[in-house]
Amino acid sequence: MNARARIGLIVLVVIAVAMGWNLGRQGKIEGIAIGFVSTFSGGSAAIGQDMKDAFELALDGMGRKMGGQVITVVYEDDAQDPAVGLQKTQRLVQQEHAKFVTGFIWSNVLLASAPAAVDNNVFLVSANAGPAELAGAQCKANFFSTSWQNDQTPMAMGDVLNRTGVKNLYVLAPNYAAGKNMITGLQRGFKGTVVATDLTQFPEQLDFSAELAKIRAANPEAVWVFFPGNYGTQFFTQYAAAGLLGKIPLYSTFSIDALNLQQIGPLVTGSRFTQSWAADLDNPANAKFVADFRAKFGRTPSFYAAQAYDSALLIRSAVEAVKGDVTNMDAVRAALRKAAFPSVRGGFKFGQNHLPIQNFYLNEVVKGTDGKFASKVVETVYRDNVDPYAGDCPMHW
Amino acid sequence: MTAALLAEQLLNGAQLGVLLFLIAAGLTLVFGVMDFVNVAHGSLYMLGAYFAVTLVGRTGSFPLGVALAVAATVVVAVTVERLLLRHLYRRSHLEQVLGTFGLVMIANEAVRIVWGPAGLTLAPPHALAGQVSLPFGIEYPAYRLILLVAGVAVAVLLAGFGRTRAGMRIRAAATDATTLQALGVNVGALATGVFALGAALAGLAGGLAAPIVSVKVGMGESILILTFVVIVVGGVGSVRGAFLAALAVGLIDTLGRAYLPDVLRHVTNDAAASALGPAISAVLIYVAMAALLAARPQGLFTRGQ
Repeated sequence: MNARARIGLIVLVVIAVAMGWNLGRQGKIEGIAIGFVSTFSGGSAAIGQDMKDAFELALDGMGRKMGGQVITVVYEDDAQDPAVGLQKTQRLVQQEHAKFVTGFIWSNVLLASAPAAVDNNVFLVSANAGPAELAGAQCKANFFSTSWQNDQTPMAMGDVLNRTGVKNLYVLAPNYAAGKNMITGLQRGFKGTVVATDLTQFPEQLDFSAELAKIRAANPEAVWVFFPGNYGTQFFTQYAAAGLLGKIPLYSTFSIDALNLQQIGPLVTGSRFTQSWAADLDNPANAKFVADFRAKFGRTPSFYAAQAYDSALLIRSAVEAVKGDVTNMDAVRAALRKAAFPSVRGGFKFGQNHLPIQNFYLNEVVKGTDGKFASKVVETVYRDNVDPYAGDCPMHW
Repeated sequence: MTAALLAEQLLNGAQLGVLLFLIAAGLTLVFGVMDFVNVAHGSLYMLGAYFAVTLVGRTGSFPLGVALAVAATVVVAVTVERLLLRHLYRRSHLEQVLGTFGLVMIANEAVRIVWGPAGLTLAPPHALAGQVSLPFGIEYPAYRLILLVAGVAVAVLLAGFGRTRAGMRIRAAATDATTLQALGVNVGALATGVFALGAALAGLAGGLAAPIVSVKVGMGESILILTFVVIVVGGVGSVRGAFLAALAVGLIDTLGRAYLPDVLRHVTNDAAASALGPAISAVLIYVAMAALLAARPQGLFTRGQ
């Protein structure tokens, strides 16, 4: 072997070693990407922003690292459109190489987007939407939730309505996956008669004049609605403008939240609603979350924010358990199932279908001495409630 | 299904109709007079609504705030027309659509930058927060009634305006702009005037609609589709046609939402009826439009009539 060939060989070896060393390092220096799909534009942008703020707060609290890995979060706007949600989820999975995708306010967006993640070895943690389809027979090994199944919260409200003595009820919700689940859930709990069910056009309908006229004509004992976010703001305002407020009691689920409460407060003072989390839930994790959130953003977090915060903590608990090596999906899944994190709800555990088993509380809107509106927990409606679809899920672990 | 409920639903439908008319009147005039397809007309409606939220808040007066919002919308519209749109008048319809579609995107992004991505709300004036008692025992929200009255008033004013000299010139331009120019009328200035009038109506619609819809980025596009239905059904260039078509579209939409689920309940079960009702009522308008166009391809009224 002549001198030139020897030098060439040495150079080749050096390059090979250097490449191998780099390859070995890659898993350690690249960090983990998390995709976050929510609504950041249009009438529901405030919800997405609240979720993002809470997620960022959680990340800051953990030094933006999980299991020694640097975390990069890529936020994507679904524009409240299932097609856009799917496209953004695909982008997060294929181009950003996200290991986890979270967020998701809307059930129809989640249903369209979920396969792009869960069928491609990416974990999806819903921080709000809980469609029945992902909870029962079609449950997914890579799908988790830090919220609830859609039926549960209205079901608890139905039980409360029975005790309140409501015998007949006029029911309204938007015509999409969650709206239908919510009505099904309400009727699981409510034992009286539903005199009429109106499904409104979704997402475009914000003018409820035709429905309000029908309510007045039907003159039911009470009205129950599911109108999340700005749909709730519009409905309560128009209900009052139509002169129905105070005449026909109005009950709701997921329609009053910390984001619209100051605005519609005067219309809903004394109103009662069910929820699996409340800002005044008494546990250390929640006290810290609410205090930190208020200190940083100057407002009370909504339930959307609380669930997004829990989603960050859940993901961290799993990444820490596998010491930052998220390549083994089975190990990560096993760690996620343990839900070993300090949830703002107090205890937290998953059912067979990877949806939380949790309490549901009755809350009441009150006006504080500072003139601001708040909600306070009145009682616990359900303890350790398992959603009604969990039994159909064939997963066993 | 009582007469009082039907009457109230007719009022609701008419109220949606006059709102559509305010937007459609401007669009159909611009289309008719300048042969110009302005996809960005919905953006003027959006701007009117955003200006109204800001200006009502600043002035503390609803009528003054909305009036200023209309003026602000006109200023923006005329500026854009002078600088940009008039260069598109002689281009093909496709180029006009492309150009104004670009404006839609610019308008949406500009609004997002100025007012933020979250939707805004505007409370109706305090004096109109209650209800008005009408015959048949109807308790109708006062604000919606005022909106209905304002819309009809604008329609009457426009009808009167059509008989003035300026109105006559506009109708003449819609029929034959070249001859009008030859007769010594400054058609360019007339075009700017028509555009400003259209913008004022769209801005007014935005300001008046702000309390009953959520003011948000992209609100112009969803209403623009309905508006195009209105002007196609009414006949391009015809304000009278736009008024009748807007009322028809408003009534079909509202009555469809109100009664279709009940009608469907006679042929299918409850759950299917309440799910199908809103879905079918959403397409009802387009079905009606298709049926009308099959019978009368030129719409209810033809240009210049």
